[in-house]
Amino acid sequence: MPQEHRQILKYVDQPGYTPDIECYLRHSGYEALKKAITLPPKTQADGKTTTGPEQIRQEVMISGLRGRGGAGFPCGLKWSFVDRKSGKPIHLICNADESEPGTFKDKQIIYKDPHQMLEGMIIACYANDAHLAYIYIRGEFVEGAKILARALREARAKNFLGRNILGSGYDLEIHIHRGAGAYICGEETGLIESLEGRRAYPRIKPPYFPAVLGLYLCPTIVNNVETLCAVKHITAMGGAEYAKLGTPNNTGTRIVSISGHVKRPGYYEIEVGKVTIGELIHDPCFGGGLRDGRKLKAIIPGGSSAKIFKAGEKFKLKGNSLLGREAEKEVELLDLPYDFDSIIEAGSMSGSGALIVMDDSTDMVEALSNIAEFYAHESCGQCTPCREGSLWMAKALHRLTHGGGRSTDADYLLRIADNIPGGRTICAFGEACAWPVQSFVGKFKDEFIAKGAADEERRMKPAASPQC
Amino acid sequence: MLTETMSTAATIETKPQPPPAEKIKVKVDGKEVAVPKTTPDPVTGKPLPTSMIQACAAANVIVPHYCYHPKLPVAGSCRMCLVEFGTPAIGPDRKPIVNPDGTTKISRALRPVIACATPVSPGMEIYTNTPAVRLMREGVLEFLLINHPLDCPICDQAGECKLQEYSVDYGNSESRFVEAKVHKPKRVELGPRIVLDDERCILCSRCIRFTRDVAGDDALGFVNRGSHSTLTAYPGRAFDNNYTLNTVDICPVGALTSKDFRFRMRVWFLKETRSLCTSCATGCNIVIGSREDAIYRYEPRENDAVNSCWMCDHGRLNYKWIGREDRLVEVRKREAEGRGQASGSRSAAPTWSAVLGEISQKLKAAEPGSIAIVASARQTNEELHLLAKLAKRLGALTDSVPRIAAGDKLLLNADRNPNSTGARLTGIAADPMGSNLPAIAGGIRSGRIKTLIVFGEDATKCGIDADLLDKLELLIASDILPNATTRRAHYLLPGCAHAEKRGTFTNTKGRVQKFLKAVEPRGDARPEWEYLHELLVNVTSRDGIASIEGVFNEMAKEVPAFSGLTWATLGDTGISAKI
Ligand SMILES: Cc1cc2nc3c(=O)[nH]c(=O)nc-3n(C[C@H](O)[C@H](O)[C@H](O)COP(=O)(O)O)c2cc1C
Ligand code: SF4
Ligand code: SF4
Ligand code: SF4
Ligand code: FES
Repeated sequence: MPQEHRQILKYVDQPGYTPDIECYLRHSGYEALKKAITLPPKTQADGKTTTGPEQIRQEVMISGLRGRGGAGFPCGLKWSFVDRKSGKPIHLICNADESEPGTFKDKQIIYKDPHQMLEGMIIACYANDAHLAYIYIRGEFVEGAKILARALREARAKNFLGRNILGSGYDLEIHIHRGAGAYICGEETGLIESLEGRRAYPRIKPPYFPAVLGLYLCPTIVNNVETLCAVKHITAMGGAEYAKLGTPNNTGTRIVSISGHVKRPGYYEIEVGKVTIGELIHDPCFGGGLRDGRKLKAIIPGGSSAKIFKAGEKFKLKGNSLLGREAEKEVELLDLPYDFDSIIEAGSMSGSGALIVMDDSTDMVEALSNIAEFYAHESCGQCTPCREGSLWMAKALHRLTHGGGRSTDADYLLRIADNIPGGRTICAFGEACAWPVQSFVGKFKDEFIAKGAADEERRMKPAASPQC
Repeated sequence: MLTETMSTAATIETKPQPPPAEKIKVKVDGKEVAVPKTTPDPVTGKPLPTSMIQACAAANVIVPHYCYHPKLPVAGSCRMCLVEFGTPAIGPDRKPIVNPDGTTKISRALRPVIACATPVSPGMEIYTNTPAVRLMREGVLEFLLINHPLDCPICDQAGECKLQEYSVDYGNSESRFVEAKVHKPKRVELGPRIVLDDERCILCSRCIRFTRDVAGDDALGFVNRGSHSTLTAYPGRAFDNNYTLNTVDICPVGALTSKDFRFRMRVWFLKETRSLCTSCATGCNIVIGSREDAIYRYEPRENDAVNSCWMCDHGRLNYKWIGREDRLVEVRKREAEGRGQASGSRSAAPTWSAVLGEISQKLKAAEPGSIAIVASARQTNEELHLLAKLAKRLGALTDSVPRIAAGDKLLLNADRNPNSTGARLTGIAADPMGSNLPAIAGGIRSGRIKTLIVFGEDATKCGIDADLLDKLELLIASDILPNATTRRAHYLLPGCAHAEKRGTFTNTKGRVQKFLKAVEPRGDARPEWEYLHELLVNVTSRDGIASIEGVFNEMAKEVPAFSGLTWATLGDTGISAKI
């Protein structure tokens, strides 16, 4: 039986659980921080001693934790890239900009258990010797920003934050910065620009890798809200123990936001890879199935920028090659484990963990038009292919959904989309706006052609002209 | 033939050279080049890793680009410069893998990169012309064109537009864009000298970066998002610093236009002449755009020892006087009242040769110490040198006129004479410049000085008042425009603007730079060096070479600071003299 495995959301939504610090402390809050900050130096087998912060970094590396913000990049590895020799201060930023359509997981943490996020963040800062950190929160989370501000005050009052935290000699200050409603502020280098007070134009990499030249050109770590919460649990339980959750290389738990045509849309925390897409849609403890009388048409597995899967699609996955041989097995969409690697192998991504379910009532052209409009509106406009391509596709789709279609529009759209991704743009928004078009049109091409052809036919028919 | 050896007195940039930079070998389209590991940042001078586009340039391969500009910080946003590349494949032993034929195995990168921002690494191979690269360029170009108004027929940039240029190389003859174009503000007055057409803007941010990082005025920026992004000046502020017109030069399209030049001339009709700005001692290198002896614009010309790629608005727009209606265009002679035969009358149409002959006679006859010369630091080295020689011969008291106004940190010098250094080096100017002027005025007042020669200045504006001029027995003036001195001159010699002749100036740092002739002089006007040379030959009864090259080369032998220079070796960007 598939089940939720609530670790981050353990107390969230429990009756009587409130976002204040007293409640958090009653639920063994800040114990992981106390553990982290008092870790004594340890002598390794090779005779070298590792400091407490180094040990935490090691645990995170061992845990196999992968970023929950979108790219699924191993967190321990990201931290290992930080330039610790530059002599410049190291900054940490919590990415609370949660903007990918379909995603509403960070919001649960921020609104309902803010101290868990703070605790994870403080540990991460301690582990990385950061003394200044920021929470970049999306502008629309007005209440969330207030809740976090209160949580910061409470944590400071209890000396979990500020000078000489818990008598350890470690100082840390955290500031909240509210965005102003731009999706691109979630992209880490756009976020950094925005934090510095400029337009959120993502930076070119090289040279501006955040781990080397980040905020104020200092080494900087950007982590998602959920990733930082996981750091707390890794510290509490140990990296090896955490790695037992989930599946190899896809460890731990993650929160899946399920939306669309299911009976029970909502957020569900699962062990990564232990639940299939089919279970997430149909199981009573997850999506609870489609609306009555409806059939599955498609799903988007990782937020609206992920490539769409068509119901019934089959994928060839390389089995885990423990035998040294690559065993291929064919997997149907519904049997695809919800993890990082399988979904990538199937040609899409689990992105921000947002599963969007579409039943047979969905008009794919309309759906794509909606998505394309979002991306055209959110492109920062800095680089040519994304700036021009995103609006071009949106305009074409608007035409196609408003009676001006052509049967050639499917190919027209593909040719625009093909010129955007694959390293042609500064940031991954290029992919984010092109992938939906490439995959929707690629997999539902007949619908796009039919819609255009119908419009053409209508236009061909001589309108009942008054002269005749 | 003149054979001259370069002496150490004047050599190209004798700054202490940094230790030879470490070189990296890379291949560009199969051709190997060695490039320095780092290249100085164009604005801060700090070493930055050498980029692919710089390595390509070293291999004489131009990678198409819009946002990249060698003198600006990199933006990396237009994506026109995408290239493919490979790096040496590394084996399990962490050593490069060698192919059976002995060459290094190259592993090709899966994704393209922008050449303008990607550093080179040893053994890297850059491919700028693969089918994939060409397709990417076509893609970018198509994206840039879909919302472009394509109003080339009325666009000032037409003919020197990068969008037109690359369209020829990578554009399709037919557009497949069937949607409505984005509309944006047109004819936006960004500042007193700049008009912006936002629809033509390709959002390359060159103008923003120049204005912020070079001119130090964070005045421009983009507003709105995506394809609706719009260039604008800071709200409520005019785009108005002394360097705004440089943005028109670097704008790769016709978005930024100069109010002065807008709609005045098609650029392909313009003749381009290498010249210098004369509005201050910096001596910015320029190109004069002219057609049928009328000047339409000045544009900066690259010279890293002087002005990089820039010039100031003040200097750029200071050319209209050349075409003024009241230019002095005829040789004039006025007999001093009571002293001549035909008092107050003007003899009919005096000729150059007659006038120069008369002047020579009078100068030869003048008693030593009775002559003074007021020269101009706007004159060329050659002219000043000839004047200095004349002065020496005549035992004349000389000086030139300082011209000081506010300077700035970038280019504009407080010394608004283009050739104060030349005036000093040739010995015509007193030290400090202008300190002899009171002595000249005093000499006239006391009657000791009876003859005054004034070149390109109004003596009444530098302490030699009109009543003093009226006391003179002989006043010879050479100038371009009329003033109180020229009106009183017994002999008036019409001279040339720099655009009408050739010559050299020495800038404030001692760089000797030449300028060429863009337009024909008006009427009887002749280059000053020509008639000075003639005068000197008459006075000294000595022959000389009547060519600018000859005059220059002779000067180089006679003026220590110029020793070793020749007209030919000055090249297009001049040579720094030891001053
Ligand atoms: C266009 C775009 C939007 C993004 N938006 C978000 C976001 O809203 N929240 C987030 O955590 N990460 C977002 N990311 C991913 C971040 O760039 C970054 O990878 C992430 O915050 C790193 O955190 P993690 O390693 O903990 O996942 C976005 C990326 C792109 C390209
Ligand atoms: S890809 Fe799009 S969002 Fe990213 S920098 Fe370029 S224009 Fe901006
Ligand atoms: S106005 Fe010209 S220079 Fe400025 S951003 Fe637009 S295209 Fe580039
Ligand atoms: S800085 Fe001086 S030389 Fe340069 S353009 Fe301005 S006035 Fe002319
Ligand atoms: S020239 Fe390299 S991105 Fe514009």
